[in-house]
Amino acid sequence: MAALTPISRKPFWLVALMVGGFGAFFGLFIGTSNGSGITGAIVGAALMVGLAWAYINLLKNEPVGRGITFAAFGIAGFAAGGLPTAILGALIGALGGWLIYWAYEGRYRAYLAPYLTWQQVLWHFGFRTICGVIFVFLITPILVVLPLSFNAQNFFTFTPEMLRFDPAGYSLKHYQDFFSNNEWQRSFKNSLIIAPIATIISVTLGTLAAIGLSQSHVPGRRAIMAILISPMIVPLIISATGMFFFYSQIGNWMEGSLGLDKNLVGYIKVVLAHAVLGIPFVIITVTATLVGFDRSLTRAAANMGADPVTTFFRVQMPLILPGVISGGLFAFITSFDEVVVVLFVGSASQKTLPWQMFTGLREQISPTILAVATILVVISIALLTTLEFLRRRSERLRGMSPS
Amino acid sequence: MSDIKTNGPVLAADGTPLKRSLARALRVEKTRALMLIAPLLIFVLISFIIPIVSMLFRSVDNRIVEDTMPYTVAALKTWDASSGALPDEPVYAALARDMKAAAEKKEHTRIGGRLNYEESGFSSLFRKTGRAAKKFDLDSGEPFKAKLIDIHKDWGKIETWKIMQTHSVDYTNGYFLNAVDMKRTPDGAQMQDDDKRVLLKLFGRTMWMSLVITGMCILLGYPVAWILANLPARQANLLMILVLLPFWTSLLVRTSAWKVMLQQQGVINDVLVWLGFIADDSRLIIINNATGTIIAMTHILLPFMILPMYSVMQTIQPSYLRAAKSLGATNWTAFWRVYFPQSIPGIGAGSILVFILAIGYYITPEIVGGNKGVFISNRIAYHISTSLNWGLAAALGSILLAAVLILYWAYDKIVGIDNVKLG
Repeated sequence: MAALTPISRKPFWLVALMVGGFGAFFGLFIGTSNGSGITGAIVGAALMVGLAWAYINLLKNEPVGRGITFAAFGIAGFAAGGLPTAILGALIGALGGWLIYWAYEGRYRAYLAPYLTWQQVLWHFGFRTICGVIFVFLITPILVVLPLSFNAQNFFTFTPEMLRFDPAGYSLKHYQDFFSNNEWQRSFKNSLIIAPIATIISVTLGTLAAIGLSQSHVPGRRAIMAILISPMIVPLIISATGMFFFYSQIGNWMEGSLGLDKNLVGYIKVVLAHAVLGIPFVIITVTATLVGFDRSLTRAAANMGADPVTTFFRVQMPLILPGVISGGLFAFITSFDEVVVVLFVGSASQKTLPWQMFTGLREQISPTILAVATILVVISIALLTTLEFLRRRSERLRGMSPS
Repeated sequence: MSDIKTNGPVLAADGTPLKRSLARALRVEKTRALMLIAPLLIFVLISFIIPIVSMLFRSVDNRIVEDTMPYTVAALKTWDASSGALPDEPVYAALARDMKAAAEKKEHTRIGGRLNYEESGFSSLFRKTGRAAKKFDLDSGEPFKAKLIDIHKDWGKIETWKIMQTHSVDYTNGYFLNAVDMKRTPDGAQMQDDDKRVLLKLFGRTMWMSLVITGMCILLGYPVAWILANLPARQANLLMILVLLPFWTSLLVRTSAWKVMLQQQGVINDVLVWLGFIADDSRLIIINNATGTIIAMTHILLPFMILPMYSVMQTIQPSYLRAAKSLGATNWTAFWRVYFPQSIPGIGAGSILVFILAIGYYITPEIVGGNKGVFISNRIAYHISTSLNWGLAAALGSILLAAVLILYWAYDKIVGIDNVKLG
């Protein structure tokens, strides 16, 4: 973004106010952890204001000034508490050094409209800070899990060794446990059996139905749509309750009349239940893709002598494939993540990964859960990337410029 | 076509009237569309709609009483409970006969359990009577009244018989009355005893906590949606990852993360203690209570608020705000009178979505909610898997489902189901 406003140096009192506030804020934290918050705040503010004054009036060299602050705060941190505080100190120093020059040179004004009053400028940055805090709230829980999964102890908390970045505080033993423990491996395998089959069922049926729904004349489209979307709307606990009663009867019938193996019946029940839950996602994404589908293409294909099946597989399918795949991913993650229904419908031999995690969390056994959580986060990042890629491809195919 | 002069109806190429030919084409098209939809529709109907409907039916179904004790139910029909006298010998004889049959089929404990939901004591009464009933000689003609009262003194109490009579109907409103802390009695519906009234409070808490969570989501989601919609696309896409990553991360991962964060020895408490804001011995208790549930669920449901808000805010022209300001509005007026009204559909859509999801939540309250932070769904799960009072669970589920469907209908009116977007 190009600069909107010519910037000019600011008077020292304004710089002092900003960096003083910054110093007081961090000083408060350091102060409270050492006994007196107020002293900390005052010392912090005074230190920052002094530094700013020195840099502006004596040093007059920005890179050197910022370098000194960074290094000095880092060393002070190291002296106070070793590596973790050194990193913290260096971060605060880098931020503080940057802030002094940002405020002094008036850089904060550069990208704002020239006519804004100072209150509006203040609000602009205040608002961004609030948003930043909310983003931190959104992402912190996920980020906290990752390092904890490498904990060498069987705790859910950061040990002193971990905070010192001592290699002894970290280990892969929870991952080892996950890959060697029978219980976890069986549930992982179950998840890998159930989710893909459920996904295939919901994608096949869902795509067909979405194509049907996107025809121009469908009697009772709204009612049909409402029924097909309902598994997403009805609370899971209610679906689970209903399926619990229903599938236990179906299961008895399949075991009794058809003579099927008890284990197999269990899998069938869970797969069917999960397939139903995934259907709304397939319907929604595929119908959304079909809205942008050019119908004259199928007519052109028919005109050239292709029968409907060929038209579907050679013309329509390649074009709507991104939508189908993203619907499938949604269905997959729904099944892979689902715990309430499987808890009610499945039996112990169909225990899936989420179910195992759920029992683990209730009984609080080991941080292996956190190792699994980390693996799942990595999987979801991969899925998210795939989905974004597909979205862009789909937009490109439809001639829109990807945003 | 006005320049073509024809006397008869317009004909298609093959000579049939065009109208009929078009109608046939339309019919073929409709049939084809329905054929494509049919497999899925049947699948969903059988494996989802029917189970739900049969669960709803279970909430009024009380045929177990008449099926297990047909003679007693028939005999009791003539007994007038208000007379103040115990039933006569034929009723006792019928009971003995039913009991013997039930005990031989081992069904007497089930019916005892059923009546035990209404009044505790029935379970042991039926178990004890059933054990003795196996040895009954039905043709001996001896009086069963004295014998039964001898087996268990409760058969000599008029209250026992009143409850049997009240609950001998095939279809009962008893479970629904129980679900709202009332009970079915011979004198009509009455409030439950004070110490048994938990469910209305739980419904109230579910509603209240869902409202709080929705409110928190609006409060936190609005600024984020605003900034996503107003930043340049490149930066907005980067920040969007921070919203979508939690959205895509497994629910259990996020719940376990919150367990790690909120515990008394958890990350939040550790940081606060380290910073000296709280003493080590007065760590905050923010898990296993309502606070824990609200924090964790706000985090989990926040993306569902941000995404609809964002898609609405994207369509609001920034020039409107500039126009308002150039006409002399202050920042606040321009936002409140121009921008905010246009963003209300987004707030509405997000709120209903979050509220619907929140009132049916089970996993998160179960793990971080403790006793004080659980929802009505946890109670349903309890009745399904622990207390085995399935009728009550079904009744609670029906009430919850009704609430959700009303909200869903409202959502459809405001947003339209077709406009649901994912990701």
